[in-house]
Amino acid sequence: MEIVLALAIGVMAGSGVWLLLRPRTFQVIMGLSLLAYAVNLFIFGMGRLRVGDAPIINPINGSNPDLYTDPVPQALVLTAIVIGFATTALFLVVLLASRGLSGTDHVDGQEVEKE
Amino acid sequence: MSLLLIVLLPFLGSLCAAFLPSNARNAEAWLAGIVAFATALLVADLYPQVAAEGVVRFALPWAPGLGLDFSLRMDGYAWLFAMLVAAMGVLVVVYARYYMSPDDPVPRFFSFFLAFMGAMLGVVLSGNLLQLAMFWELTSLASFMLIAYWHHRVDARRGARMALTVTGAGGLALLGGMLLLGHIAGSYDLDVVLTSAGAIQTHPWYPLALVLVVLGALTKSAQFPFHFWLPHAMAAPTPVSAYLHSATMVKAGVFLLARLWPVLAGTDLWFWIVGGAGLCSLVIGAYLAIFQQDMKGVLAYSTISHLGLITLLLGMNSPLALVAAVFHIVNHATFKASLFMAAGVVDHETGTRNLQRLSGLYRAMPITATLAMVAAASMAGVPLLNGFLSKEMFFAETIFLDRPGWQRIGLPLAATVAGMFSVAYSLRFILQVFFGPPAQELPREPHEPTRWMLLPSALLVLTCLLVGILPALTVGPFLETATDAILGSDAPAYSLAVWHGFNLPLLMSFAALAGGVGIYVALQRRFFGEVPLLERVDGKRTFEWLQTSLSLGADRVLRLLSSARLQMQLLVLVLVALGAALLPVLTFGTSLGSRATTPANPAFVLLWLVGGGCALAAAWQAKHHRLAALILAGGSGLATSLTFVWFSAPDLALTQLTVEVVTAVLLLLGLRWLPRRDQSYDEGVTETARVRLRRLRDLLVAAACGIGLAALAYAVLTRPDIDGISPFFIEQSLALGGGLNVVNVILVDFRGFDTFGEITVLAVVALTVFALLRRFRPAPESVPLPEQQRRQNVADGIAENSAPDPAATLPAGYLMLPAVLVRLLLPMAMLVSLFFLLRGHNAPGGGFVGGLVLATAVILQYIVGGTVWVESRLRIQPMIWIALGLLSAAGAGVGAWLQGLPFLSNLNWHGELPLLGELHLSSVLLFDLGVYMLVVGATVLMLVAIAHQSLRSHHSKAGAGGGL
Repeated sequence: MEIVLALAIGVMAGSGVWLLLRPRTFQVIMGLSLLAYAVNLFIFGMGRLRVGDAPIINPINGSNPDLYTDPVPQALVLTAIVIGFATTALFLVVLLASRGLSGTDHVDGQEVEKE
Repeated sequence: MSLLLIVLLPFLGSLCAAFLPSNARNAEAWLAGIVAFATALLVADLYPQVAAEGVVRFALPWAPGLGLDFSLRMDGYAWLFAMLVAAMGVLVVVYARYYMSPDDPVPRFFSFFLAFMGAMLGVVLSGNLLQLAMFWELTSLASFMLIAYWHHRVDARRGARMALTVTGAGGLALLGGMLLLGHIAGSYDLDVVLTSAGAIQTHPWYPLALVLVVLGALTKSAQFPFHFWLPHAMAAPTPVSAYLHSATMVKAGVFLLARLWPVLAGTDLWFWIVGGAGLCSLVIGAYLAIFQQDMKGVLAYSTISHLGLITLLLGMNSPLALVAAVFHIVNHATFKASLFMAAGVVDHETGTRNLQRLSGLYRAMPITATLAMVAAASMAGVPLLNGFLSKEMFFAETIFLDRPGWQRIGLPLAATVAGMFSVAYSLRFILQVFFGPPAQELPREPHEPTRWMLLPSALLVLTCLLVGILPALTVGPFLETATDAILGSDAPAYSLAVWHGFNLPLLMSFAALAGGVGIYVALQRRFFGEVPLLERVDGKRTFEWLQTSLSLGADRVLRLLSSARLQMQLLVLVLVALGAALLPVLTFGTSLGSRATTPANPAFVLLWLVGGGCALAAAWQAKHHRLAALILAGGSGLATSLTFVWFSAPDLALTQLTVEVVTAVLLLLGLRWLPRRDQSYDEGVTETARVRLRRLRDLLVAAACGIGLAALAYAVLTRPDIDGISPFFIEQSLALGGGLNVVNVILVDFRGFDTFGEITVLAVVALTVFALLRRFRPAPESVPLPEQQRRQNVADGIAENSAPDPAATLPAGYLMLPAVLVRLLLPMAMLVSLFFLLRGHNAPGGGFVGGLVLATAVILQYIVGGTVWVESRLRIQPMIWIALGLLSAAGAGVGAWLQGLPFLSNLNWHGELPLLGELHLSSVLLFDLGVYMLVVGATVLMLVAIAHQSLRSHHSKAGAGGGL
């Protein structure tokens, strides 16, 4: 499983970085989304992978840390997901405004002259 | 306590003055006058205590852990200076009341004036080096504001900028010097520093500290080679020139040199730097003063020269010279301020200060002329006036200077020559303005001003006379306490008397007087031409050249090192991150981890085959098929969400899923306003080799990042878990947080403050989105209805751009069925969202998930029912939800204060209620409720703001356009 997850992270991060370096605003917003998935999974993975040990305390078994997966990366990622949503929303509106003002969807607000 | 009041009172007065109406010239003047007078009285009241105890102190702990206190300290020297500042303040306020025109915005003038007074008193009374530097900067700022008081004038703005640049740069150097001094002495406390002369002068950093402090002092006191700003500062109103630029602020430099004299002086380095700058300023300033055309210009260069004299005295490393310096500080303030006032009177009554136009004013304004003559005589060093006394002490010091060889002869010679110049420009100043034939064609008919305007000048001239005739009785005791405070037990014996017998200094004085008259007569024809010899020396030109080349150089460096192109910036960012991750790998090598891996589950492999494929496809399609890319990215998101489920993270899975939905809706709404980018756009554009090369580069970078992150992830995943802080949270979740869901307890309790910050960010983003969309101008191509919708409308028999009917129960056409279902969904979604909120503490769920579920349900109504229909029935006030959410979360935090606990501490109440039975209430629930409401408000606000854009086509049809 570890190798599958690692590869998944790699593929999404690679796709994200590729899109990040593209010149169109929509490509960048998609790239940020993909990169966010990859990074969230990466941080989540820092708590190692465990199946069926959700950090919800079972009163019968008690609060033994060995019984549950690491809750800290989960708390961090939960925050990251929500903030990621906020930045996507903000970026989207800036993107729309920039397209309306400049007439182009190039990230610099102007098309590159003939190279 | 009264020390604090002395510094605070002017600042308070400044604040009051700022709020007075702009035509309250009398009220302003009264306020400023009373404040200045009260300050002067407070200072005067402290004299017996200072004389008896030596030092009066006041300290207010500020950051005791860092050893920083707000400390004030008044010894005899500080007293003398504080008195000078306060008393001059009173006189200048009286003068300014009659000088300023009723048309000027007088509140601003007095407000800055009083602020300057407070800052200057702060400099003088600071008991801490850093605090002194801070007040020092404040005086620079106040001076900037006052020079630029008539900001409609170009010369005022330029002069103010130049003064601020020079003194501000000096202030920076001073701060560096202060930091070094404090570091060497081990404390920033002035008392400690003043007793660490030995440690400081033997320290290897002494030269650096000395140079930095002296740079600060020389720039402030307009000393060579930084003197050029002072003449340009004369664009300020004359009361400002009299107060700041002759009597007080420019004295801050020499004040500091004398203040730190016991610590820094006594070395050769000090002699050459301070003495050298002083001598140059003395001679060059006096020489240039002879050739000025503006009355205030003469006085400005003369000020540079006299400050040079003081600096030179301080640089001589002799206690007696220090006494002379302090004495001359006071004397110069009296005669120079009164001369500035005279120049102001002439300007006020005739409309010009140009020496070429002025002449023979004695007949029209005899009192002004007499006062100016006495003051100018004092400036020239005529006996029986105070200027003579300190100048004679100076001459005496130059003779008895204990230096080898040529310096013994050179210095008295230079001093005498400077004295001659001084006599010459004083003569010219008086003779040109007040004598000779009556001036023709003056802008105004000259006459004597009101008595009140002459009073301050008259008092100053009276002081000149009294001190000049009876020095030992008038200024003697104060001078003694002042110099004793600096020199301590080393204070030399000296006699303040007019007559010391026939000696060399007296001879020098007479030589200067005779020589000055000689120079005046010899140069009479050349006063209005170019300055002989020094015509090419122009500090202003050098300053401007330096400024231009600095900003040009900065531009060039910026162009070289940075790019305005986002792609380039992102590439650099990515490459730096890649390099930073690679570096440790290359340095320390790699090895495989030892943790046992879990066997791969085919379903999971399949999941990520799809998820990874979606990501790659999204990357490929994002340019031309945005909708496809959006759906594909959603596929990756779903795979991520399922991965969270798989590996024991139900909360993450829920949040990811709901965020996924909301993001998709948001982007879909946004795509409506992003004109289609067709493949055909790029047809005909041949791909150059350069473009292909760039793509290849990006592909390689992206691949490297992907492989790197995958390798890093694998390396961590296959290593044993480390004992971090996690066990604490699991063990204490129930005990301290009272919840079973550890992730939720961390979010709302253990790390509640982080969450509080996070929801604040969310609220700010929502409001920003809302604000940006209010002024939104969409791309013109996307304003009409999209083609698909038009076709659908035609098929449904609806006219294009017909507004939906708010009264209809159900939308007509193809949306009827979904509309019924979605409406049924709303109450159920509310129930589910509340369920998630309430169970969050003990089971997967919580405020974030609940809020997003409700927001999704609401936006569904908009999508299916249409904006107009929904808003005619359902008024959601997202901003009120945001406000209530923030308030409730903050309230949950503040509630803890009532119990004497820190912000956001968990408060619990557990008990029985009639009918309801056992009940457990916690402030955490209130906090989570806040999160819930805020998430609902913020999400709905953003989504609705974009949804509202669909009304635009109706507006644009009606010709209204724009707006939300």
